[in-house]
Amino acid sequence: MNGVHDMGGMDGFGKVEPEPDEPMFHAHWEERVLAMVRAMGAAGAFNIDTSRFYRETLPPEVYLSSSYYKKWFLGLEEMLIEKGYLSREEVAAGHAMQPAKALKHGKFDLTQVERVMVRGKFGRTAPAPARFNIGDRVRARNIHPATHTRLPRYVRGHVGVVELNHGCHVFPDTAAMERGEHPQWLYTVVFEGRDLWGEDGDPTLKVSIDAFEPYLDPA
Amino acid sequence: MSHDHDHHHHHDHDHSELSETELRVRALETILTEKGYVEPAALDAIIQAYETKIGPHNGARVVAKAWTDPAFKQALLEDGSKAIGTLGHVSRVGDHLVVVANTPQRHNMVVCTLCSCYPWEMLGLPPVWYKAAPYRSRAVKDPRGVLADFEVTLPKDVEIRVWDSTAETRFLVLPMRPAGTEGWSEEQLAELVTRDSMIGTGFPRQPGAPS
Repeated sequence: MNGVHDMGGMDGFGKVEPEPDEPMFHAHWEERVLAMVRAMGAAGAFNIDTSRFYRETLPPEVYLSSSYYKKWFLGLEEMLIEKGYLSREEVAAGHAMQPAKALKHGKFDLTQVERVMVRGKFGRTAPAPARFNIGDRVRARNIHPATHTRLPRYVRGHVGVVELNHGCHVFPDTAAMERGEHPQWLYTVVFEGRDLWGEDGDPTLKVSIDAFEPYLDPA
Repeated sequence: MSHDHDHHHHHDHDHSELSETELRVRALETILTEKGYVEPAALDAIIQAYETKIGPHNGARVVAKAWTDPAFKQALLEDGSKAIGTLGHVSRVGDHLVVVANTPQRHNMVVCTLCSCYPWEMLGLPPVWYKAAPYRSRAVKDPRGVLADFEVTLPKDVEIRVWDSTAETRFLVLPMRPAGTEGWSEEQLAELVTRDSMIGTGFPRQPGAPS
């Protein structure tokens, strides 16, 4: 999706502002949002790719003017409504009014806290041999899906070199849309900075992305 | 978003000191709890775990061990997740943690241009700047400009390698060991390792510098 979230190479956002002694949370509600997202994900209400997609589909003016955890909150609320876990009437009332929808993994209780502290495993058995080898030259496809993808715009159409093979993983493009895991090989592909940014680019720069096999063609 | 405008204010909180966002978040937690999806005590426990179990102290231990143990360093660079898995209580890493080493010829930097991918288990929750537009937009195009915002300058001939963490892989930078630390213990060395040095936007502290 060519949304405002796909920020690599955009200009005009200003300087990076490191914050000395930054607190873990800037407001109490931020920690509640983090916990609710983790808990509802662990309960099976959605997968990580779906939750990313809901944040990306926030209207640009909302995305750009909302803090990080505000985006998480807005994405969570809309996703839970659209998937039938709660209703707009309940959100407006601030209370439950309809029966609950069954969760894939059941209620999130204390016994499951330990589980969310370990990152999910997305590695899967390979359905076919890898198409590319380390050292192969590949071109990132010029694709512009309207739905979720992890191929950033700034590399599309450019040639890079396969540097690492991470094995097969759940394919975010289909998982986000709940169209199945369709595991794909995942590679680190490295690009020359000047290929991406032109002659004015830093001559010492190399940039890599982690690209799923369907994002790549031989070059 | 349209529902921002459609949202009806059924509550009587006109004089409350709570923000609109705080009220909406509280309402959502109430609904999720009433519907039996979550337990507030379990949410408390998640937050407490994030506040105490993860953080840059985990990454710092890994870096200090790599500085003192060549066999561990080699194993770490070959398979980060596996090598860290041998360290007991800092072993809570996911499938794919890739450790990339800085050298006198090459400096590594990590970004997530699409969102906020970050090695939580090693560094804790990412800082606001890592998740914000200025860093995400500029790191892949003008890394030296970004480093200048951190008051970091690299020699012009040092290659900069930016790792855009766009998929399931997480990256941890192994910074170079500061000079003048010969004979130091792992514990002493770990004190020099900063979070930013493991993202690539900073260097470790120098021996004798204030921490």
